[in-house]
Amino acid sequence: MSSLTIRNIRKVFGAVEVLKDIALRIDAGEFLILVGPSGCGKSTLLNILAGLDTATSGEILIGDKVVNNLSPKDRDIAMVFQSYALYPNMTVRQNISFGLEMRRVPKQEQGEIVDRVAKILQMAHLLDRKPAQLSGGQRQRVAMGRAIARDPQLFLFDEPLSNLDAKLRVEMRTEIKLLHDRLKATIVYVTHDQIEAMTLGSKIAVMQGGEIRQFGSPQEIYDRPADLFVAGFIGSPSMNFIKAQAVEDAGGVGLQLQTADGPFVLPLREAGEALRPRMGKTLILGVRPEQISDSGTVLRTARYAYARKFRIELVEPTGPDTLLFVRINGETVCCRVRPEQACAAGESMELAFDLSKAVFFDPDSGKRIG
Amino acid sequence: MNSSRADAALSPPPGKKLRDYVETALPKIVLGPTLACALVFVYGFVLWTAWLSFTESRLLPRYDLVGFIQYVALFENDRWWIALKNLAIFGSLFIGICLVTGLLLAILLDQRIRAEGFLRAVYLYPMALSFIVTGTAWRWILNPGLGIEHLVRQLGFETFTFDWIVTPGMSIYTVVIAGAWQSSGFVMALFLAGLRGVDDSIIKAAQVDGAGPVRIYTRIIIPSLRPVFFSALIILAHIAIKSFDLVMALTGGGPGFSSDLPATFMYVFAFNRNQIGLGAASAMMMLLTVVAIIVPMMYAETRRQHRG
Ligand SMILES: Nc1ncnc2c1ncn2[C@@H]1O[C@H](COP(=O)(O)OP(=O)(O)OP(=O)(O)O)[C@@H](O)[C@H]1O
Ligand SMILES: [Mg+2]
Repeated sequence: MSSLTIRNIRKVFGAVEVLKDIALRIDAGEFLILVGPSGCGKSTLLNILAGLDTATSGEILIGDKVVNNLSPKDRDIAMVFQSYALYPNMTVRQNISFGLEMRRVPKQEQGEIVDRVAKILQMAHLLDRKPAQLSGGQRQRVAMGRAIARDPQLFLFDEPLSNLDAKLRVEMRTEIKLLHDRLKATIVYVTHDQIEAMTLGSKIAVMQGGEIRQFGSPQEIYDRPADLFVAGFIGSPSMNFIKAQAVEDAGGVGLQLQTADGPFVLPLREAGEALRPRMGKTLILGVRPEQISDSGTVLRTARYAYARKFRIELVEPTGPDTLLFVRINGETVCCRVRPEQACAAGESMELAFDLSKAVFFDPDSGKRIG
Repeated sequence: MNSSRADAALSPPPGKKLRDYVETALPKIVLGPTLACALVFVYGFVLWTAWLSFTESRLLPRYDLVGFIQYVALFENDRWWIALKNLAIFGSLFIGICLVTGLLLAILLDQRIRAEGFLRAVYLYPMALSFIVTGTAWRWILNPGLGIEHLVRQLGFETFTFDWIVTPGMSIYTVVIAGAWQSSGFVMALFLAGLRGVDDSIIKAAQVDGAGPVRIYTRIIIPSLRPVFFSALIILAHIAIKSFDLVMALTGGGPGFSSDLPATFMYVFAFNRNQIGLGAASAMMMLLTVVAIIVPMMYAETRRQHRG
């Protein structure tokens, strides 16, 4: 297993700059997630890492070795594709051993490796089938088996689960995580599913428009998003953004809010310290749905909170939680409560803001304040 | 009340009934005439020919059956054996050369070169010619006094000889050359479509697995073209067995009857030599050959697909 360093990678297709100055580094054994909306350049970056495409400028290091000029086969990587890319004319066994054969692994050893991999992925009974005779989940397994068999320095996954149905996707996600723990492999994993990103990654790079918007651990990105894009992209349902004016409140900073029942000031206390220089200016408050909940729960757990009665506009039960929607400053704000606490639409109930984790954004630059 | 409403819904207005009927019958109405034509002119005449092959018909058809006399005569005829031998040579070389050059051209064109559209048209163009035109053009090209031999001699190689077309025993190979020239482009188009259908990520996966371009083609892409090979083989096989116009235009079956194929044999005996019965028997043998080759292949292929 090796570390991976990406230094100032740029990629230009004709006149379009698809990757702009990408730089990051992960240690050996880390699980890097590249996440972002469609078309942001994730696959392009992965192809460059694999050597299937060349960067316009910049450097890639696997371990301490610059691999820019190495062909894919000399980079000692393995890749799993979204469409699985199994060789249709070969059996599962041949699919797995093809890469070994190309690397002149002795026949006997090939057989041992295939059997070991089949055991890890519990697919010994599939070894003599052709890909056409497998289900989507089984093909996925074979594709992973093919990668594992090679025991490479670096694994690359390009949206490997996106063709599976929801249930299977959750199962395979857990399996990939277990596999990573077991193999201690260095993995770069592309997805546009933020739940996959949060659950699998030890590092996440959130990309948009060919740039890395934020690079950090999942918790860091969840709790302290660098800007409005990252804050809105990670988390489901996504973070509420409420545009509000910072006002003086009992010697501290408060936010001027407005509901159908009239205006009020949301006291920020310690959370608002960084906002003091912006007194009187408009800014954006970011709170996640689970940070606005029934007052009983919030007041018991939060370091500081603010409770108030709100009129509920819409109720959406999801099972474990119920989502309530209220209107604040003209925005629809999503709150998450335990089902037994939820009231009916049109009624009022007391909700509390857990302000200890609230974040604030500059409305012009979109960057987080503080 | 409920039931009366249901009844009303069940009986549509009369105008609608006719339209529904026409709508469901439309495919049958459209296909009807072609089906009738096919039945009469293909299967009807096949049966008629089969009948004639069991009669003593000479200039005019006669309908009293005499058993296998014509077939016995056919297989005692030296000229028929030459035609069969020529068919074996022509068929195997023609199919082999077309498949190999077609595949090679397709692979070369598949390298995403710039003038691809133009080159594809150039290679495909011979297909637009009829075999008569191809045959005539190649007759001139291969004619020792006019074509290649003449040209090379004029260039100073006085002893250069290329006179297959007038050499008994070699003339059949000129038919192979002209036929392959005409049909390779078509086979190339088939293979090119197949190559383009191969998932890009499979090729990427093979590259990452460490396979070079040659291995990628021989181990992964070409094996996955199996259905294309099959289609090409069927098309080429039946072109080969039916070949008539090409031989007629190129060598006329000559010199002598050294480049006869079963189709020209059939034509000569049925229409020039007034032996319709013998001609019909040879035609039946051609039909049986096609059936014998194609039916097992189709059977094998569909069974393979059923198994997945
Ligand atoms: N060969 C190419 N020529 C020109 N533009 C390209 C080429 N390949 C990709 N692009 C562009 O580069 C951008 C990034 O593409 P890429 O495939 O990396 O997106 P992605 O993040 O993987 O998206 P998705 O989640 O949909 O897979 C896209 O805007 C795409 O149009
Ligand atoms: Mg992609």
